Amino acid sequence: MKEQLEAIHSAAKQALDACSDVKTLEQIRVQYLGKKGALTGILKQMGKLSAEERPAMGQLANQVRSDIEQALADKQQKLSERLLKEKLEAETVDITLPGKETKIGSMHPLHIVEQEIREIFLGLGFSVADGPEVEYDYYNFEALNLPPDHPARDTQDTFYITNNILLRTQTSSVQVHVMENQKPPIRIISPGRVYRSDAVDATHSPLFHQVEGLVVDKGITMADLKGTLELLMQRLYGEECKIRLRPHHFPFTEPSAEVDIICFHCHGEGCRLCKGEGYIELLGAGMVHPKILEGCGIDSSVYSGFAFGLGLERIAMRRYNIGDMRLLFENDYRFLEQF
Amino acid sequence: MNLSMKWLADYVDCGISAKEFCVGMTMSGSKVETYETEGSSFSNVIVGKLLEIKPHENSDHLLVCQVDVGENTPIQIVTGAQNVVEGALVPVAMVGAVLPGGVKIKKGKLRGVESNGMLCSLGELGLTTHDFPYAIEDGIFLIEEDCTPGQDIHEAIGLNDVSIEFEITSNRPDCLSVVGLAREAAVTFEKPFHLPKPKFHGTNEKLSDFLSVKVENETLCPHYIAGMVKNVKIAPSPRWMRERLRASGVRPINNLVDITNYVMLEYGQPMHAFDARYVSGRSIIVRNAKEDETITTLDGQVRKLSPEMLIIADAEKPIAVAGVMGGEYSGIMDDTQTVIFESAYFEPVQVRRTAKKLGMHTDASARYEKGLDPNGCLRTLRHAMELVELLGAGEPVADYLEDDHRSNQPITIPFDPEWINGFLGTEIPAEDMRKTLEALDITINGDTCTPPSFRIDLERPADIAEEVARIYGYNNIPSTVIRGVTKAQLTPQQQFLRKAEQTMVGLGFYGILTYSFTSPKCFDRIGLPTDSTLRQTITISNPLGEDTSIMRTTTLPAMLDVLKTNYKNRNAAVSLYERGKEYIPTGADTLPNESERLTIGMYDGDADFFTLKGVVETLCHELRLPKCSYVRPSACNAFDETCALHPGRSAVILCGDTPIGYFGEIHPTVQKTYSIGTKTYVGKLLLEEMERLVQPDITYQPLPKFPAITRDLSLVCDETVPVGTLESVIEKAAGKILEDVSLFDVYQGDQIAAGKKSVSFSLRLRSHDGTLTDEQADAAMKRVLKALNSVGASLRES
Repeated sequence: MKEQLEAIHSAAKQALDACSDVKTLEQIRVQYLGKKGALTGILKQMGKLSAEERPAMGQLANQVRSDIEQALADKQQKLSERLLKEKLEAETVDITLPGKETKIGSMHPLHIVEQEIREIFLGLGFSVADGPEVEYDYYNFEALNLPPDHPARDTQDTFYITNNILLRTQTSSVQVHVMENQKPPIRIISPGRVYRSDAVDATHSPLFHQVEGLVVDKGITMADLKGTLELLMQRLYGEECKIRLRPHHFPFTEPSAEVDIICFHCHGEGCRLCKGEGYIELLGAGMVHPKILEGCGIDSSVYSGFAFGLGLERIAMRRYNIGDMRLLFENDYRFLEQF
Repeated sequence: MNLSMKWLADYVDCGISAKEFCVGMTMSGSKVETYETEGSSFSNVIVGKLLEIKPHENSDHLLVCQVDVGENTPIQIVTGAQNVVEGALVPVAMVGAVLPGGVKIKKGKLRGVESNGMLCSLGELGLTTHDFPYAIEDGIFLIEEDCTPGQDIHEAIGLNDVSIEFEITSNRPDCLSVVGLAREAAVTFEKPFHLPKPKFHGTNEKLSDFLSVKVENETLCPHYIAGMVKNVKIAPSPRWMRERLRASGVRPINNLVDITNYVMLEYGQPMHAFDARYVSGRSIIVRNAKEDETITTLDGQVRKLSPEMLIIADAEKPIAVAGVMGGEYSGIMDDTQTVIFESAYFEPVQVRRTAKKLGMHTDASARYEKGLDPNGCLRTLRHAMELVELLGAGEPVADYLEDDHRSNQPITIPFDPEWINGFLGTEIPAEDMRKTLEALDITINGDTCTPPSFRIDLERPADIAEEVARIYGYNNIPSTVIRGVTKAQLTPQQQFLRKAEQTMVGLGFYGILTYSFTSPKCFDRIGLPTDSTLRQTITISNPLGEDTSIMRTTTLPAMLDVLKTNYKNRNAAVSLYERGKEYIPTGADTLPNESERLTIGMYDGDADFFTLKGVVETLCHELRLPKCSYVRPSACNAFDETCALHPGRSAVILCGDTPIGYFGEIHPTVQKTYSIGTKTYVGKLLLEEMERLVQPDITYQPLPKFPAITRDLSLVCDETVPVGTLESVIEKAAGKILEDVSLFDVYQGDQIAAGKKSVSFSLRLRSHDGTLTDEQADAAMKRVLKALNSVGASLRES
């Protein structure tokens, strides 16, 4: 019997070694360990053995059984590993095929830039104020030190609704609303649409966008204005960007300045882009005129402030190298998709 | 304002290049637009002397000239001009010369005879007979200047000035003059400034014997001075004066007219010259025009005057519109013998209104309307007289007549260097400020200062600070960061708008930007009923054109226009949104309501009504709106524009009872109108109304402790019963334990009777008090079925 057991053991091992698929493996398990299997057949003969032989034989039989079971398990493991490997190989894809598109749109390029400017100023403690586009003459002109018949009104070709109501020509109108409704400290920006009766061409549009800025507090200086604008331009155009302030005249600021940025193309040398000046005009700014503060009930001997207004189209066009303003209003999908 | 550099040198010697000058002036506040060296449009043109002129052997009209160009041997040039004479000095464009317009001169043969250059006319050098009155228009320019053969033409005829174009801001009329700019230049470059007092002798007569002057409206004309020149000799002005006028962009005419222009350019004060023959009654009256009075102005036009206009009149009629333009017969003519000079101060607003009303904007009115030096009249007259004597243009009378009603007192402004530094954020020494201000003719008296009368823009300490700052240099001011802390955040409305936009972007839509104004025709294009209130608009009184003449009351047409453009540009599929306003009138004298709208537009082969509905639902969910319901536009008259939509494929969105927008497929007629060849979907959402409906902040709901039971339900009903009705019946009948009901199939076809449809829902039931039993679920389903039966839906027999 011992010999039989050992023969079964070695035959099973041989069979397992030769086995290479799951189906054969199962046959081997049935052949040796199944109810009608070889080992079971042997164990059925145990009863015939003497009482002395039985424990030793029993032990041997169990040993053989567990050996075979172990070997079967090992083989099973190996086979499934190989199967998995084959499966993975079969599932390999061409990773250079294109991905499945998840369509995400984008904001209009002008609004992307507007949002960026909002973020910059939110970070500097500015709130965002809104004001009407269809506006009273008073807020657009008169309260900004531009009484009727002021020559500077000529430079802003105005669309009128009635004698007294117009389409605002500048976001500066919001300054007055804010100062009428809020006590200093004031720190706001106000982006929005403005209107001037300019015919459409590559650099003009009867509708365009400005962002107004206004700060009023005790001890606000022109140096603060300069610092704020430099910060804005560096955020928008990079740390290297250089600006210059040039004296100018706006009825609602004193002193007034126009702010130029160094030409991106020639870096100040003078080229066709900057018409030989080395700088490109970017925005207007200045210290809030004491008359404006007084007109809004703010004591100009206690408070001072600065204001600025920048044209969004110009900044967006510069930023994305867009040569024709009409593209912004045409809304061709192939244009919009690029942002 | 164009400035001649040669002229400037009379007052200040800057000793720097034109480019440096331009940069310096720009940075101190007188912005230079551009500068041009005269005659830079041609080169290699020199003076030649015609030694010999012979007829061309092969031509009747060509002449062969031997020309001395300052070299050892003369050169031969063939010309077609007939005005050449031997011995004359002429401009010679040498071989290699470039003429205005880029013409290049080459060596050549004219009918077999060699020609080594070209003799030039005035026109070929870009000049006119106004520059050289003795020359002729069509012929070679025979130079009568003091020059020698071989000399460069620019130098020979004084065409070597630099003309600088300034953009002078409206607050600085004093800089619309050579003297004003010279003063600025002197301060900018720290050079001495010489302003000599005008001197002349004049004849010793009493002017009142010849003339009377009376100002009737003292407010509009506080100061009027008249002077007289007798025995006038009209002639061209001398070369230097013509050159300076030309460099300043003014056409020389004759000595007397040129003097008035020259003085205006130099001092900034316009003058007028009347021919005394045509001043009836020898009296000058400054008065308002009478009703229905007319004047024929110098340009030959008859102008109708009105009583608010100020005019200069003689005993009978208007002879000039004050500060704007003179009358036809009052001007200088070739046979003028006696001239009356006017030098006056007119009130700026009046001049501006008159010029505007008459549509006449002249060099004079442009200056008067900005405000001149109230004390400048006499000086100007004296300078004109000085020039008359200098040019020998006549005999000035030393006496003058004036009517003076000036009451302007010099103003006093606090001068506080500490305040100025505090305001600018600088540390400029008080002494430097003092120097700057004094150089600008501002008088300092201890802690106050007084600006000169020509600086009408200086009124307050901030104005003085600006003077200090601009000369100190804006770019020398340090840059600092604003101190203090403020609370800054977007308002809930601003946050809502931003989130709406971000969500649309996330859903694959692209932002567009359209005009706020539109054409009144847009309403017909979308088929809007004629009585729709949307047709009541804010109308622009002076639009660029009809297409942009009204403020939009609906954003839909602009979106349709953009979709049309994209379709025309062959973009196969687009999905767009616009965040923009509508402008709804509130009354004739009040501002409109400006409300933010989200307009959606898309076309795409695969899109249908439900694609857009899905977008709207996702957006509303993301914006935390309560659950919305959808009704057909016909059942809810909230939006007149829904006439532009397919009646069977459009919906109005209700949030509770509030209509918050609409969407749908555009009507085939509108689609045709806009030439869009594919099914197109649009929608509009009222963002502001939506923001008011936003649910409070998110509160966490505990995860369920007990398992759910899912039951599917297949129903059959009439095809006209909306799924929405079935859903709400289910929701109501199932009660609290219904956690979710979702549609998973709608079917019509073979298995179902005609006119019927099969609708399948999946219901998820759950209790929060304990594990739901089958019995409880069965009971709920029974209630649901019973309720469904009452709306004509029954269980589908399988």
